[in-house]
Amino acid sequence: MRTSIVLDIVVQLDAFNLEVHEHLDCEVVALFGPTGSGKTTMLETIAGLQHALQGEIRVGSHLLFSSRAGVDVPVWQRRVGYVPQDVALFPHMDVRRNITYGHSPSSVLSFDRVVDLLDIEPLFPRPIAVLSGGERQRVAIARALLSSPNILLLDEPLTGFDNAFRQEALRYLGRLRNELDIPMFYVSHDKNEILEIADWVIVIEQGQVERTGEPCSVLSGHA
Amino acid sequence: MPVEIWQISWFTILVACLATLIMMPFGIAVAWLLARCTFTGKTALETFVSLPLVLPPVATGLILLRLLARRGPVGRLLDNAGIEFLFTWKAVVLAMAVLGFPLLVRTARAGFEQVNQRYELVAQTLGASRLRVFFTVSLPLASRAVVAGILLAFSRSLGEFGATVMVAGSIPGGTRTLASGIYNYVEIGQDANANGLLMISIILAFGAVWLSNHIARGANH
Repeated sequence: MRTSIVLDIVVQLDAFNLEVHEHLDCEVVALFGPTGSGKTTMLETIAGLQHALQGEIRVGSHLLFSSRAGVDVPVWQRRVGYVPQDVALFPHMDVRRNITYGHSPSSVLSFDRVVDLLDIEPLFPRPIAVLSGGERQRVAIARALLSSPNILLLDEPLTGFDNAFRQEALRYLGRLRNELDIPMFYVSHDKNEILEIADWVIVIEQGQVERTGEPCSVLSGHA
Repeated sequence: MPVEIWQISWFTILVACLATLIMMPFGIAVAWLLARCTFTGKTALETFVSLPLVLPPVATGLILLRLLARRGPVGRLLDNAGIEFLFTWKAVVLAMAVLGFPLLVRTARAGFEQVNQRYELVAQTLGASRLRVFFTVSLPLASRAVVAGILLAFSRSLGEFGATVMVAGSIPGGTRTLASGIYNYVEIGQDANANGLLMISIILAFGAVWLSNHIARGANH
């Protein structure tokens, strides 16, 4: 079942305003555009880490922000699984403590299922500092999933990795898309990645939505 | 060494420990507040917290004396509650805490500022309240600097003299500390006792500052 998402926001940035007015009904939405166009800001606004000047953010039946209704749900109550580009795994905790940080017994996804889905178990005995980039990504996604999110926000999860790792990571992301019922926002610079994983794409430039639609039609011919 | 020397040493260590314990929660809270929050009056608070570092300790002691005297604003309340404060061990603890506080705040604040805020923000997105983020992310990641600050404040307390003699005097067996003891023994010509206290002071101060520097160096790596 697809979750409807309302993303109708204006966010003030230094150089320009980010403006998005979208009503989405898809599993994986890719945000595509050059560096500094406002993609990360969009994720952070959904997560509550940046504040919108006006508008509405709704994920399914969960209203996260509404300037008209005076609603601004605090970050810790938004239930968004945010994986930043630098993944930000807690360096003073081991893998198990990292992934269970936001886990509660009432979580929709069980610990075992997430560990199995992302092949985390072999990583348990290893300290965070020695994990490879790909392993860190998997741990960060597992940590986000175990916090029972209504939406998963991934900021350039595959940037900076070689092709072999990208293929492996795309396989894991595909598993998440196919097996979990959680909508995903996915920031990427890579057309091929988006074509493979996303079923909707929003192209942003200078804070404005330039085009939006199915990846194959929107990205064909896009530089 | 005379029993008196050991008694003064133990008393000083004990009251310095108590002073450090009292200033810890407030010092850590103020350090975090200054490192992470923006609010009206922040500069005033920063200045106020640092004041005991630049004021002559005797002046700080005089301020405390005015506040705690029977007719002072705080002293009156204590008097009404039947609490004897000035020229007791409690006044020694207070003087030490006030003088050590800025060192704890400044060192711990630097530690909190070094913590990458991304960790705290991500912890919030995982459902952690700001209080939980503080205890599970901010404080553990700043722990080296916080501990270094605690040790520095403790060292400062051990050597406190000016404010202590103003509010607690140097009563033998009552409020005499290492610093005031050295001064008193030199004044009455008991150099052997003064030297004994001096040696103990050097050993304690060296140990505490060495440990503080050692921990702080680890925090910077």
